[in-house]
Amino acid sequence: MSLLSVRDLTVKFAMRDETVTALNGISFDVAKGERLGIVGESGAGKSITGFSLMNLISRPGYVDRGEILFDGEDVVKMSDKRLRELRGDKMAMIFQDPMVTLNPVLTIGQQMIETLLAHRKLSREEARQIAIVKLREVYIPSPEERLDQYPHELSGGMRQRIIIAIALLLDPQLIIADEPTTALDVTIQADIMELLLELCQSNKVGLILITHDLGVVSQMTERTLVMYAGRIIEAGRTREIINDPQHPYTQGLINALPQQTLPGQKLRQIPGNMPSLTNIPPGCPFNPRCEYATDLCRTRLPEIAQYGQVQVACHEVQRLQAEGERQEQKA
Amino acid sequence: MKDMNAQTPLVEIKGLEKRFDLDHGFLETLKFRDGRIRRETRAVHAVNNVTMDVNRGEALCVVGESGCGKSTVARLVAGLLTPTSGEIHYDGNRIDDKSRSEMQPLRKKIQMIFQNPYASLNPRMTIRQALEEPVRHHYPSFSTAEVRDKVTEVMMSVGVDPSWAKRYPHEFSGGQRQRIAIARALTVDPEFIIADEPISALDVSIQAQVLNLMLEAKESRGLTYLFITHDLSVVEHFGTRVAVLYLGSVCETADTATLFSHPKHPYTRALLSAVPQLKDDRPNHIRLKGEIPTPINMPQGCPFQSRCAFANNRCRSEKPKAIHQPDGSLVACHAVEEDRLEQDVIGA
Repeated sequence: MSLLSVRDLTVKFAMRDETVTALNGISFDVAKGERLGIVGESGAGKSITGFSLMNLISRPGYVDRGEILFDGEDVVKMSDKRLRELRGDKMAMIFQDPMVTLNPVLTIGQQMIETLLAHRKLSREEARQIAIVKLREVYIPSPEERLDQYPHELSGGMRQRIIIAIALLLDPQLIIADEPTTALDVTIQADIMELLLELCQSNKVGLILITHDLGVVSQMTERTLVMYAGRIIEAGRTREIINDPQHPYTQGLINALPQQTLPGQKLRQIPGNMPSLTNIPPGCPFNPRCEYATDLCRTRLPEIAQYGQVQVACHEVQRLQAEGERQEQKA
Repeated sequence: MKDMNAQTPLVEIKGLEKRFDLDHGFLETLKFRDGRIRRETRAVHAVNNVTMDVNRGEALCVVGESGCGKSTVARLVAGLLTPTSGEIHYDGNRIDDKSRSEMQPLRKKIQMIFQNPYASLNPRMTIRQALEEPVRHHYPSFSTAEVRDKVTEVMMSVGVDPSWAKRYPHEFSGGQRQRIAIARALTVDPEFIIADEPISALDVSIQAQVLNLMLEAKESRGLTYLFITHDLSVVEHFGTRVAVLYLGSVCETADTATLFSHPKHPYTRALLSAVPQLKDDRPNHIRLKGEIPTPINMPQGCPFQSRCAFANNRCRSEKPKAIHQPDGSLVACHAVEEDRLEQDVIGA
């Protein structure tokens, strides 16, 4: 049985004039110890997905329908007490900006020990020892001294390591990391990603990695979901999606990367912008930007369905696959 | 003299230094140390002895991590900051010591594009006002119709519908705003554009649109770019030459293709190896020890020595000079000079 099972999740935001659908019928699973990537551009709904898994959507947002089964229990219907037990203990979250996530007026030690004491029956000294072990696991030099330091005394990379240490404090089964390295430099990003990968593998922790960076997803995850305008438009094994994307949007996203074009040549751009959630076009949400769009695409929403190795939500995918094969045969 | 113009670089930066004082005023400089009161001023050494040229028609990319001084270099060249020492020459004339009024005619030739299009456009001006302002300022003889024509033409060239001119910046998306910011730089027909992380705030699909636009403008208008970025994949695509900055000093300057195929400086190698690759599922990055030191108390010797696997006593005492390599790149590293780096690493 999968660790996490999301079925038909729909999240809406009640605005003054209208109700906006931020997530529209999302379904996916995460197995125990599996690493799943969620990619998309801003406004695609990837962060909302992360928040709703921990039931952190607050007003004016609400879960309209669907269920989030964690270990067989529906997170949406949980009481506040049960949620408190779950958050941090079974599921932990890592956010983008380590300066905002850590409390600036508490020392690192206070924040770590507080978390431990809230969930476990431990003495202060025992909690302190666990904190030191966890800091050592994320390669923090001289952890005993760090416990007495405040977040502002540490660098960005060090802070993000501490956040990871806090997320791992209670040995969770699933970590949700929302753009964990976007605020960091590439060399530090590489360190943090390597660390996260190592810890997930050695502790058999599941990971949901939310990012806009296809390179990061490619190196970190086993399966990937591609989101667009609040829907999953492609899902499958990361290798398959990166090497042979089926949905025109995924293809466009990968082709738009500078690495995919010879230096100095024009990049293959996707025309237009992601639609705003208040004004999603009828039919396939990607149709105004899609070069293969037909009348059917402009009127009817494509359901996500299995095509070969991956799941794709596109009316034209079979035609495109056939054309791709024909071109391959010619070449 | 005219013939020489083709060879002389458009912009020459010589021994550029910029320090920001941390202690302002007399009282802040007083420190109590070893039982005595002393006067000390601390300074951030943002840019240290940076020398580089920007040739006509090229796109020189300055890369480095946060705090390496790349934005400070851009602002110094644009004349938004005054260097502590060193010289900046534009088209053969020294510009860093010029007064505001002397700089006036040059401002038309040098334009800047900033990172955040939400901050660089005045929210209370319509697009038309924002775009017409620089034209009126630099071409006071233009009639209203001429100004309008100029702005319309530039708007078309960057893919912004001229009928949107009556709108305000908040009505546009990030990508469109950055187009407008580029249009604003282009309205005065500049020859040199300083772009400070112009696409870093944009989504991947929009980044490609803006980068294409900047490449197009380079071709059609014969622009020269100084392009500041932290994104190496953009550098590889956009830059003709690259300068790698670390802690305010240039480690390596090379043609883009040379730098990416044969990085020499240990820092450049670590930086390149850290970029997550799409097709490569076995990341193999060079781990640097420690963290970037603060530019307040600069270490003696090579700025990179505290994190370098090849550092020896010479690196810790003597700051390396940039030395020409056989393939035309400039590298400031004792280990490269002494051929102490393993050859197999270079080949890999």
